[in-house]
Amino acid sequence: MHQEDIVIVTLKVNGVERPLAVEPRRLLCDALREDLGLTGTNLGCEQGVCGSCTVLVDGESVRSCLMFAVQAGGCEITTVEGLASGETLHPLQAAFWEKQALQCGFCTPGFLMAGVELLRRNPEPDEAGVRAALAGNTCRCTGYEHIVDAVLAAADGAARERTFAEEPEVDVAAEVVAREGR
Amino acid sequence: MSQPRSWRGKAGRTMETQERRWIGRDLKRREDPALVTGKARFTNDVSLPGMLHAAVLRSPHAHARILSIDADAARELPGVHAVLTGRDALELIDPVPCFAAEPVEERAIAVEKVRYNGEAVVAVAADSRYVAEDALGRVRVEWETLEPVADAEAAMEPGAPLVHENLDSNVVYDQTFTFGDVEGDFARADRVIRRRLRWPRAAPAPMEPSGAVCAYDSAAGRMDVWSNTNMLNFVAWTIAGTLKMPPHRVNFHPMYTGGSFGSKHVLGKQVAIAGALSKATGRPVKFMEDRADNLMANDSQGPERVYDAELAVTDEGDLLSLRLHTVDDYGAYFMFAITGNTNMMAQISGPYTISSVETGIKAVLTNKNQQTVFRGAGSDVGNWVLERLVDAAANELGLDGIELRRKNFIQPDQFPYKIPTGNVYDSGNYPAVLELALGHADLDHWRAEQERARAEGRYIGIGIATAQQRSTYFSTEFWFHNPAPATGLTTSPESVRIGIGPTGGLTVTMFSPFWGNSPETVVSQVVAEEFGVDPEEVAVDYDSTMHGLPSAGPGGSRMTVMLSGAVRGAAAKVKKKMFDIAAHLLEASPDDLELADGRVWVKGFPVEERSLSIADIGMKAYWHKLELPEGMEGGLEGSYTYDHPYASMPSDDRTDLGAFYPIMGHACHVAVVEVDAETGRVEFLKYLAAHDVGTVVNPRSLQGQIRGGIAQGIGIALYEEVRYGPEGENLSASLDEYLLPGAPDVPRVEVLHHETPSPFTEYGVKGGGEGGRMVAPPAVTRAVEDALSPLGVKIGALPITPEKILTLTQGREA
Repeated sequence: MHQEDIVIVTLKVNGVERPLAVEPRRLLCDALREDLGLTGTNLGCEQGVCGSCTVLVDGESVRSCLMFAVQAGGCEITTVEGLASGETLHPLQAAFWEKQALQCGFCTPGFLMAGVELLRRNPEPDEAGVRAALAGNTCRCTGYEHIVDAVLAAADGAARERTFAEEPEVDVAAEVVAREGR
Repeated sequence: MSQPRSWRGKAGRTMETQERRWIGRDLKRREDPALVTGKARFTNDVSLPGMLHAAVLRSPHAHARILSIDADAARELPGVHAVLTGRDALELIDPVPCFAAEPVEERAIAVEKVRYNGEAVVAVAADSRYVAEDALGRVRVEWETLEPVADAEAAMEPGAPLVHENLDSNVVYDQTFTFGDVEGDFARADRVIRRRLRWPRAAPAPMEPSGAVCAYDSAAGRMDVWSNTNMLNFVAWTIAGTLKMPPHRVNFHPMYTGGSFGSKHVLGKQVAIAGALSKATGRPVKFMEDRADNLMANDSQGPERVYDAELAVTDEGDLLSLRLHTVDDYGAYFMFAITGNTNMMAQISGPYTISSVETGIKAVLTNKNQQTVFRGAGSDVGNWVLERLVDAAANELGLDGIELRRKNFIQPDQFPYKIPTGNVYDSGNYPAVLELALGHADLDHWRAEQERARAEGRYIGIGIATAQQRSTYFSTEFWFHNPAPATGLTTSPESVRIGIGPTGGLTVTMFSPFWGNSPETVVSQVVAEEFGVDPEEVAVDYDSTMHGLPSAGPGGSRMTVMLSGAVRGAAAKVKKKMFDIAAHLLEASPDDLELADGRVWVKGFPVEERSLSIADIGMKAYWHKLELPEGMEGGLEGSYTYDHPYASMPSDDRTDLGAFYPIMGHACHVAVVEVDAETGRVEFLKYLAAHDVGTVVNPRSLQGQIRGGIAQGIGIALYEEVRYGPEGENLSASLDEYLLPGAPDVPRVEVLHHETPSPFTEYGVKGGGEGGRMVAPPAVTRAVEDALSPLGVKIGALPITPEKILTLTQGREA
């Protein structure tokens, strides 16, 4: 490897700027796993098919085995390590645990990232929508049902939280008046 | 254990077992937090100082002689530390473990010739995988291509090229077993149902490929191995032989395993490649398969069988006798001999009172990656073949398939039941499982839907399968097919160690790795049951082979049974010592003590002052020698090696194979599908699975296994096939070509449980890890066949791809 082949690139990974010196051919997945030690992103096929290595690049799901690290320069990258806040699991992680949406857990980080993207785009998906959105990720253990249930449960939980947060303050007296007036 | 009692619980679950406090609880898995946060450490996550990365050059030919290899340019590439041809590696490694009696030698890197497309030819260790792969591009191999033996039929022809020249034929094994009066039963049959049935070659394809990190320390004369091999405490000593190392100087570290399904039992080749390169460089070396490596050369492809299958029946629908003759394509090597065929002899006659069986097996070597085992291990094939015959019998006799099954079931009062092969079924209630399934299947509704659809020119079909799911193998299975006196190995152990520390904390150590199931959850539930503590308080860990106790590891749906037994044994030892200490301190007899809610009490005196907590006893055991009974050893721990609870030897003439897979589960699956005759797509309208695997330890974990297994069963029924071209070229070396079912393809599965405890195992547990995959294929096949029955379609081959459906439907119509 010649020195002139090395490119300096800065990735913003899980909110932290990480400068890297990489060959242009270095895959994003290898930069994340080997250069930054973020081994939560797993490599299932390195053929761009199985979705295990899915991460978010500027909010969009990307197979990190199909993207060069240099292409991600200046981008915001979220990996599975960036989902929880401290010891508090992300609601989708919590739902995966609750519904036992995993067995060996190898494909799970990819499913979580695909699920996070789905729920951002469509906060209230139906089952067919979830299955379609997860069609790019392969799981060999679960038969998908528990994964689908976990995504639906997380959506449901978020919807309830939104309702709670967005509920306008009700003027109790006015409501009573209105009802009595009927 | 008290007598089981019968009761009907809430809808969807019937049981004949007693209630327990922690066993049977639907607890969240304790394995999951590390996995959902990405903190779990898989083999590819291991990184050691100075570690090199390996890559392997694979043969482009299925059958070719290596004339010469020029690797100089590869060696000269900066960053390359070692380049090994098969010849170079001879000094460093011996052949990989082979458990067959036949002399079929396999080396991790081919020496004189290659026998399948994808066999390793050169291995490189370099600073990065990138440089290692660059180096492979600089290797020049001069080949003499040989005529490939691309399928079993060609391999059996006289004069066919030999896959192994030291054998005089590619038919490496050819034997017929007869159990009972097959001739007599066929003679008195009114009718013989005959089918030719083809089961396709498949691949376990777990999401995590196989691999190893090996670190050779020449000063210490020691090798450390981090690999996702599953049977490390059972077979590591054989891999040490491959590494030319004394077994006690090779330390295998148990790793989290990203799925196996049979593909990671040994991994001798992967360890040997990393180990040879580590020896050559003096540095740690990682070799991880990529997906192409995995699909071309993992040594875990499943059976590829053609059956001539016959079922002798009476006009009244009595199933009398079964005659199966198969040609099975084993590929280029023979690591586990014919294990996949012996396995199904455990349940070859299914849940039925078939009184005699003949099974002929021709194992054929071809130029393909070898067959070993894939979830079901051949019993998946056996279930499919038998249920195909039963469905065919119903059709030919004009009987209802459900009635035919019901009529021939072994009855609940007939257990333990010895089947013709000699295997014993411990317990079961097949009519109850069928009724449970039918109670939820709503068949009247679906038959009406089917009628309506047919009137509209649409195709809806219903498939029902009632089949066995053997669990907990015994090791006679590995050798009883050899025509020799019964002298093979007779152990299949699993061990745990339970330690209680000075503050009362419980730690359980396992010696088999996490493989995608729930060993930590199961073990903590059983420990909680035994000691009356909360499972969350129990610490669970794994230990490496240098500290290991006999443990065969996952395989054959055994771990929940075996770990439960091992925990109970170890707990008994620890409790004995606790009671001895407590008896001494409380001035009572150990016989008058009991353990409840984490305290040792004097029976009949529920007074806290006359009791001791586990922590009280732990503190005395570690810190108060003079308060212990005289002469007692300090500390508080117990280990236990549990072995098979019920097994027996085969007879020398092999007309009785003995009990070798007696912990017998059962299931009934109901599948309803709609087949689109235009596109060939199969859509599931309903899927229901009623399973009986004895006492359920953790319902959600078991249901996960069942649903996941069914997805794999749907896979082999509709999509999955490892395909080779006419020159033996692998046509399915990516997940684009080897199709796995995706989220839109797999239906919701209603899972129901019936519990008939095993009388042989602790707590009555049976194994349930493979049942989904073993029972789904016949149900799905029948559903598709039933849908297309107006067209007169009969299905005798899997997978039923859209192309095949179109051939069947349009062929008929044309």
